[in-house]
Amino acid sequence: MYRYDEFDQDFVNARVEQFSDQVDRRLAGEITEDQFRPLRLMNGVYLQLHAYMLRVAIPYGTLSSKQMRMLAHIARTYDKGYGHFTTRQNIQYNWPALSDMPTILADLASVEMHAIQTSGNCIRNVTADHFAGAAADEVADPRPYAEILRQWSSVHPEFSYLPRKFKIAVTGAERDRAAIQTHDIGLHLKKNAGGELGFAVYVGGGQGRTPMVAKKIRDFLPENQLLAYCTAILRVYNLYGRRDNKYKARIKILVHETGTEEFARQVEAEWQALKDTELKLPEADIRAIEAYFAPPALTPRPEGEDAVRVARLDSKSFSEWLDQNVVTHRNPDYAAVTISLKGIGEAPGDASDSQMDAIADLAEKCAFDEIRVSHEQNLIFPHVARADLKAIYDELVQIGLATANSNLITDIIACPGLDYCALANARSISVAQNISNRFADLARQRDIGELKLKISGCINACGHHHVGHIGILGVEKKGAELYQVTLGGSGDETTTIGEIIGRGFGPDEITDAIETIVDTYLAVRADRSERFLDTYRRVGPAPFKEALYAGETKAA
Amino acid sequence: MKVLTGNRLTDGEAVWYRADGSFAETIDGAQLAKDKAEQDRLEAIGKKAYADNLILDVELIDVELFDGRIVPQRLRERIRAAGPTNRTDLGKQARSAPAAAAGFDGGGI
Repeated sequence: MYRYDEFDQDFVNARVEQFSDQVDRRLAGEITEDQFRPLRLMNGVYLQLHAYMLRVAIPYGTLSSKQMRMLAHIARTYDKGYGHFTTRQNIQYNWPALSDMPTILADLASVEMHAIQTSGNCIRNVTADHFAGAAADEVADPRPYAEILRQWSSVHPEFSYLPRKFKIAVTGAERDRAAIQTHDIGLHLKKNAGGELGFAVYVGGGQGRTPMVAKKIRDFLPENQLLAYCTAILRVYNLYGRRDNKYKARIKILVHETGTEEFARQVEAEWQALKDTELKLPEADIRAIEAYFAPPALTPRPEGEDAVRVARLDSKSFSEWLDQNVVTHRNPDYAAVTISLKGIGEAPGDASDSQMDAIADLAEKCAFDEIRVSHEQNLIFPHVARADLKAIYDELVQIGLATANSNLITDIIACPGLDYCALANARSISVAQNISNRFADLARQRDIGELKLKISGCINACGHHHVGHIGILGVEKKGAELYQVTLGGSGDETTTIGEIIGRGFGPDEITDAIETIVDTYLAVRADRSERFLDTYRRVGPAPFKEALYAGETKAA
Repeated sequence: MKVLTGNRLTDGEAVWYRADGSFAETIDGAQLAKDKAEQDRLEAIGKKAYADNLILDVELIDVELFDGRIVPQRLRERIRAAGPTNRTDLGKQARSAPAAAAGFDGGGI
């Protein structure tokens, strides 16, 4: 894992000191809310419906056990015993007092964490594939590049007051698990014909009220040009991005209005002036950062194969969990494990302080002290010996985190929605809970197969509904909650924006509507191997519309 | 009919203005503004509380009376008055029965 050097630690400590002073002055009434708001937002402090909210950055979703224990400590000491893992691989606390923020940030700094740039019109936490460094299909670990981007973008003076927020994601595999095409910049780490590392560069993706799939503006950028090229993109955006209208200020609008070809031309021109400057990454520096992410020493554990086979025979539930939540590792004696934070009927992404502590202990004992947060709001052990899988499963059962539903219909992404969020128009969590309860039966879920259901409580789309195979968007209509359904979205290497299927559904209707959609899929799919998304792409919306609305048409 | 609400500076707690001049942590007993003049008065109080660095996100919200209970019209405000609907062990609803009753009561709108 990356470890802070003296500059990192001094910088974070100085920021804690600075913000502590700002909080003190705010509480003493020496600065107004208008003056304080941008300062608190720069430090991840929002004001929501019930209390302040603190969003803590988890760079590229990577945590050590020590850091996870600190997150548990903060939940227990300053909050209400839980935290919410987000679609940006961060964690949010929903109840901290402003007066406690300086202490919380000091606690975070003691384990090399902070909340800087988790809000505001700056470059936010850089996200990455949650299986980075472990995935069998990976060309190289994308996290060293995410770390280089983090260092470059932290309080970057030129990019601290952008027209709007800016999100970067990096993946190192063809199979995109980081949803890079929904980001302002998406980087696909790959090798060229000569075996050299570099990036395919995507720009202008995003969700929100104007969802757009990112456009590829360069097929191969040499790795040492990462910062020069990103700087070029940010410069074009900073210069021409709209500042007069918040809703048109994201780079996706600029790319769309300028045209991909012309935008790419502007970036390339800017890049020509930068490519041989100090922004060109020295080979030694890249390799030095890469060394921080060296994989753990994975000693041979060939006994795992037999151990797993025997344990499968002994326990059906373990076998199901293995099928669903355990994926291949690049080392055949090892595996990567998804710890579902989507217990049936639970709030997606929430974990209690004791669960966080238990996961930290387990990671230390069996997973090389490494934990990931996925953008799908689950936790990951990236490196686990197959021989230890049963022991890990048994412990996860003890703490209520052994739900075998990864990638199934109850593995729902949901934003906090109207239960917490000041921007929300409708609840998300309750919708997720009702759907989860309706589809609780695991055999049924497995029969349905891979189905990504994503729920947002407002058009800002924190719940990624636009790219859900089934997306649900909560709106407020005439004072009541109304849920609009989109179908056919996807957030992978074939990123697609879902299509609105028809009129929305009330809170009491939405679960039935989802069940109707699922039953229709089961009726029209070619066979069990045809996933929901494949079926939708083959048959289009017609059978789903018919099933949902035919009665109404006839009645009319 | 309206009441004055906001969030307290120090801890962000949702609060409502009462006739005794305090901002209380529950909506019960909030000062009701039944006409324009009373609304103007509450609005001025809210502006002053904001200027005095006591209360943030100050707002006059629409409410109705049911059996003497103050119930906000919008779900958003009912959730503020009670707490998250998925965690009835948290927020004001977890503290006392009357507060819970004043807030969210099962989703019917």
